[in-house]
Amino acid sequence: MKKLLTRLVAALLVAASYRLDAQVTVDRLLRAADEPQNWLTYSGGYSSQRYSLLRQIDTANAKNLELKWMMQNQVFGPWESSPLVVDGIMYLTQRPNDVIALDAKTGRMFWLYRYTNSGRQQVCCGAQNRGVAMLGDTLFMGTLDAHLVAIDAKNGKPLWNVLVADDKLAYSITLAPLVVKDKVIVGVGGAEYGIRGFVAAYDSRTGRELWRFYTIPGSGEPGSETWSGQAWEHGGGSVWVTGSYDPALNLTYWGVGNPGPDWNPDQRPGDNLYTDSVVALDPDTGKLKWHYQFTPNDGYDYDSVQVPVLADLMWKGTLTKAMLWANRNGNFYVLDRENGKFLSGSPFVKVNWMSGFDEGGKPIQTPQPAGMPTYPGVQGGTNWYSPSYSPRTGLFYVSAWENYGSIYRKEPVEYEAGRRFNGGAGATVKPVPDAPVMPGPAAARSPINTWTNAVGNGAVIAIDPRTGQAKWKFQMYDVTDAGILTTAGDVLFTGGREGYFHVLDARTGAVLWKTYLGGAIMSAPVTYSIDGKQYVIVNSGNVMATFALRE
Amino acid sequence: MHGTRPLLWAAVVFTLAARLAAQNATQNQQGQGDHFVIETGARLYAGQCSACHGVNGDQITGVDLRAGRFLTVRTDEDLTRLLATGRPAAGMPSFEVLHTDEVHAIIAYIRSAFDATTDGVRIGDARRGAAVFEGKGGCASCHRVNGRGAYLATDLTEIGTVRTPASLQRALVNPAQAILPGNRPVRAVTRDGRTIRGRRVNEDTYTIQLIDEQSRLVSLFKADLRSLEVSSTTSMPSYETTLTPEERADVIAYLLSLKGR
Repeated sequence: MKKLLTRLVAALLVAASYRLDAQVTVDRLLRAADEPQNWLTYSGGYSSQRYSLLRQIDTANAKNLELKWMMQNQVFGPWESSPLVVDGIMYLTQRPNDVIALDAKTGRMFWLYRYTNSGRQQVCCGAQNRGVAMLGDTLFMGTLDAHLVAIDAKNGKPLWNVLVADDKLAYSITLAPLVVKDKVIVGVGGAEYGIRGFVAAYDSRTGRELWRFYTIPGSGEPGSETWSGQAWEHGGGSVWVTGSYDPALNLTYWGVGNPGPDWNPDQRPGDNLYTDSVVALDPDTGKLKWHYQFTPNDGYDYDSVQVPVLADLMWKGTLTKAMLWANRNGNFYVLDRENGKFLSGSPFVKVNWMSGFDEGGKPIQTPQPAGMPTYPGVQGGTNWYSPSYSPRTGLFYVSAWENYGSIYRKEPVEYEAGRRFNGGAGATVKPVPDAPVMPGPAAARSPINTWTNAVGNGAVIAIDPRTGQAKWKFQMYDVTDAGILTTAGDVLFTGGREGYFHVLDARTGAVLWKTYLGGAIMSAPVTYSIDGKQYVIVNSGNVMATFALRE
Repeated sequence: MHGTRPLLWAAVVFTLAARLAAQNATQNQQGQGDHFVIETGARLYAGQCSACHGVNGDQITGVDLRAGRFLTVRTDEDLTRLLATGRPAAGMPSFEVLHTDEVHAIIAYIRSAFDATTDGVRIGDARRGAAVFEGKGGCASCHRVNGRGAYLATDLTEIGTVRTPASLQRALVNPAQAILPGNRPVRAVTRDGRTIRGRRVNEDTYTIQLIDEQSRLVSLFKADLRSLEVSSTTSMPSYETTLTPEERADVIAYLLSLKGR
């Protein structure tokens, strides 16, 4: 009780230190889900459910959606950014590191801020930026050359710019930061180049670094016993997707990426903590409270950079503070987010790298013989694509890749600063030797599907967390990198590589409406409302398309 | 504690061997390396390039490395320069960290049309092969080359840039095992009972596109169909017995000579 009081007082002090007329207060962020007209954080609130209370668009009228306006991105390539919407203004990013403020009702632009990268930045899997965070009247963006920049939300002018990590060693930032209290929290990418990953917090006013949690423990630190020799120095553990926050527990949760080198676990014997794990950190100090590792000693590039979805569930008769997680390794997990306890795990796609879990929730690994396919394949059963959880349906929704495997090859690799540190490769399993495979996420999709569903297909899978089983499934022909949005109208919005904007019934998976936008949808839809009208946006190819009900 | 050392040494030895191999190659003309160099290039390509360009080199719109189709470069010198500078605006990083010999090995691999396995397939005479293609083989009754022939099967005008000798041999001997999934024959029956047969050219969740037996381009909504069958066989016959090994070698030579217009 006393602890809670101290926290409340601290939160109030932080809140009071901001100008009263400042837009996005700490309190508003804490209650973001209660103002569904806005979209205040990357995943729409600290629980990261990507669920909105808006219900003007519902299962009965979704067929009356129509295009309202479009915004054309002038930078070509996959568009993975998810915008914020604050009191009628939308803040979105386009590659490599542009921030745009526009009128969310008309699409007309107020300003564009263009950050110039060093030119040395190396980003293995796409020069992406996934969005900004906001506190007060300030926006925060991580950059490809691993800086953190504060930008005045009124005029798009930079306020401060700090170095987070060295881009000569191929550190980068692609995620949208997370603001917790007065701190801006970011993680870094670069495990494909042998970085040592971390999560770090910065003072929102000055950019001063306040703490740093290395996802790879140094010599002698707890967890270092899971590494051999000096392998930890280039142990990877990128953090490239935004985390979550539970204010009541005062814990912030982050998914950690693959170990380095990606495909040669022989070069780093041990479990390799905290790669492929979720870490629960105290946001005030950066101290580790607990962790759970999904894929120990990973040889398959099964990053655990999925968005941690927080939900309170009845679990075996007890109301439980749970964390729901569909992992790149093909399993759906329920964890206790107070202590990291493994509650359940079950495959949502074909899985053969493991056969089950031991009592502690550790996977029993079943490596396949050399040259034989491993499922899921190198892009995973899912990946960074935002999932969604609807408290109304009680279902967890994930964008999955089905029937998709890879043949892995491992080989020794020597670390050289700024060079790829992969230790092998993963080749997609295909029906005939010359068959094309689906383009990787870094490439713009070809509108002609020559690879076909013979090498894998996308699906939206609605999982009942209590059983781990699929309640329904919506199968696509091509794969999907699109995130998922659900609403209190029981409507699910998503896309896929093909360029369709799918609007589904969240209870049944039935297609309520669809429209062909013609470019791959590689980010998650967002919804907001202005003057009583609910809008939903989706990025397709180089276009952001905005829909609302016909007048 | 001790586990990593031998592995690291193995890595060093491997890297040195690769560099030596690459060095030997550069004594030949750049971009025309010998077999070992091409294999070195293949390994480097898999590690450095394939994440963006894809295993087949065709993942970036407008670029097909295997077919020698680029956006801005032409010569090996252009490629070397591009690898050094990257194209930051397009998201391609600089590969300045690669050693000169490694750059040459990658270029050799690209110039070899990604083929590190040319052994074991007989390549005959292209002119004789053209005659077999048009005559005894009857290939032109289904395939089209340089604007002549039928649309029933795939157009082969550029086949020499995208197929290896080994894969052409496979297609001639065992076509059912070699047909690409994207080109499979389809049979669709509409709700009003019409049957449409053709070759698939594209497909997605809700629609399928094909070229039908009358060479018409047809797009169908799956919801309008009573049935849709995608066949795993092909009407292309095997030429294992109908052509002699010499004739097959000639046809392969002819197909390899087809590099587009």
